[in-house]
Amino acid sequence: MSKRRARSPDAPGGSFLAGKRLHNPWHQAAHYLALIVLAAICLAPIWVMIATSFKNDVIVQSAEPLWFFFLPTLDNYEYILTRGKFDRYLVNSIIVGAVSTFLTLLFGGMCAYALARTEFKGRRLVANSTLLIRMVPPAVLAVPAFFMVTTFSLKNDLVVLIFFYTALNLPFAIWLLFGFYKQIPVELEEAAIIDGASPLQVFTRVLLPLMKSGYAVAGIFAFRIAWNEFILALLLTGRRSRTLPVAAAGFITDTGVEWGRIMAMGTLIVIPPLLFTFFAARQIIQGMTAGAVKG
Amino acid sequence: MAKTDAGSLESMSTASVDWRKVSPYLFILPAVLVMAAGLLYPVIEAFYLAFYDWDIGQDFEDAPNVGFRHFSRMLADPDVWESISVTLRFGFWTITIEMILGVALALLLEKPIRGASIFRTIFILPLMVSPVVVGLIWRYLYDARIGWINYYLSFLGFEYQVWLGDADLAFFAIVFTDIWQWTPFIFIIVIAGLQALPSEVIEASRIDGANWWQQIFLVKLPMIRSILLIALLMRLIDVFRGMEVMYIMTGGGPGRATELLSLHIYNRAFDAQQLGYASAISVLLILIVFALSFAILVMGNPMKDKSDV
Repeated sequence: MSKRRARSPDAPGGSFLAGKRLHNPWHQAAHYLALIVLAAICLAPIWVMIATSFKNDVIVQSAEPLWFFFLPTLDNYEYILTRGKFDRYLVNSIIVGAVSTFLTLLFGGMCAYALARTEFKGRRLVANSTLLIRMVPPAVLAVPAFFMVTTFSLKNDLVVLIFFYTALNLPFAIWLLFGFYKQIPVELEEAAIIDGASPLQVFTRVLLPLMKSGYAVAGIFAFRIAWNEFILALLLTGRRSRTLPVAAAGFITDTGVEWGRIMAMGTLIVIPPLLFTFFAARQIIQGMTAGAVKG
Repeated sequence: MAKTDAGSLESMSTASVDWRKVSPYLFILPAVLVMAAGLLYPVIEAFYLAFYDWDIGQDFEDAPNVGFRHFSRMLADPDVWESISVTLRFGFWTITIEMILGVALALLLEKPIRGASIFRTIFILPLMVSPVVVGLIWRYLYDARIGWINYYLSFLGFEYQVWLGDADLAFFAIVFTDIWQWTPFIFIIVIAGLQALPSEVIEASRIDGANWWQQIFLVKLPMIRSILLIALLMRLIDVFRGMEVMYIMTGGGPGRATELLSLHIYNRAFDAQQLGYASAISVLLILIVFALSFAILVMGNPMKDKSDV
């Protein structure tokens, strides 16, 4: 992992990149053109959603694709923000996302640290079963989770969602943080202990500063799953504990298909992931490639 | 401060000699408990429920134990086989096209250029959008009356199509949507793999007279083959796990044309309300996904070469 980071493709002036840059201006122009076309393909559907969210129903129903030039309106946003229980769903989504992310990082970090630093009986078992269970399909969880919720009558309780999202996110977080902890030399910790630091101080003063980017990557992925998850949220929440994706999907069945409002809802849901992408693209790519590209 | 610390350490080691042996377990305990209760227990529960004929609204105490009948019914159920066939066809088309497109684009665009980080940021956007929102956007674009796809295709002389109402067109629609969302994933992983290759090797092959094609097929692709295989397996697992986009776009219809295995289980459980039978099918899904995960684990246990795990 450290090797990959050192050779990070954007590293300015790295000797690895020297001499590999494109010199032929035509090649370079073609290269940029291809990238721009690809970027446009990635962005177009997202832009369609944003544009449609600012259109009134007459424009939407006229069926003429207007990309940029139309009279924008905030009616759709006003409707979903004032008529529905948007504020409640938003608060639910934030609570579920924040708490499950925090628990994932806390428990996952502790577990990853123990796996990376200590030797104990059953360590291999824990490590391997964590990797194996990482891919449990949400559809498999659906019936047993529904069974648990009805048996203990926990519907309308956000705790259930927080619990399942933490469980779903833990394997990836443990595995990612394990790699980051492995990179930190044990000597650093030993030196701090010799200097008289308490275990808490060792963590906050020595480990945490070095683990910041690891926890950031794990946190972004955990929050993204919790924020976007739909199947379990649909099953396990009631009228009061609904999260945003469930509320958005509800627009399609309850009230007929009101595209302007649906797209406004979709735009609001997409804001946090978009912000993450713009501010932490490098970390996200690091997390995504960590699974396939070994350092 | 140092004194009390030393003192407490002393007392600890005399009071409980095993402290150093116990503490790792305390560290892993919360995570292991949550995963055991939230992932492992439901999997075991699914096995258990598969033996009961339990419907929604019925008390579980009243559900009769039917032994292995659900499993034998499943193996003869044309609907189950249909959804497996849909899943495999969906996986075949999406993964084949995503791999070819993603690898080709990565090879063409691998050279570092100014502004690469902006493009990379844009390319991961489709991956970050919630599956529910992806489903909603594309359902709008494919809409038969006001969808943009029909509008633009009409310029090329195509009739308006009811995209999500026709079995073949709906299948094409979900394949296309998946390609839009996941090709960037392959692209980014392959770029990362290519740029991590030692430049000396590429340079050496060039000096030895390898042309552009030979460099790609004899040097670069063989060197990143484990990355390609892991990316492929990860996508295959996703195909078996995914259902949200289809749930929103088509609900699995028309008929069962877009009902992937995960969605089939969901519809069985909560639409047809056969919780016990759905559990039996989910046992099948667990076995498939675990087999694929195991393949990844054996191939490239990411913890393997970092330690002795």
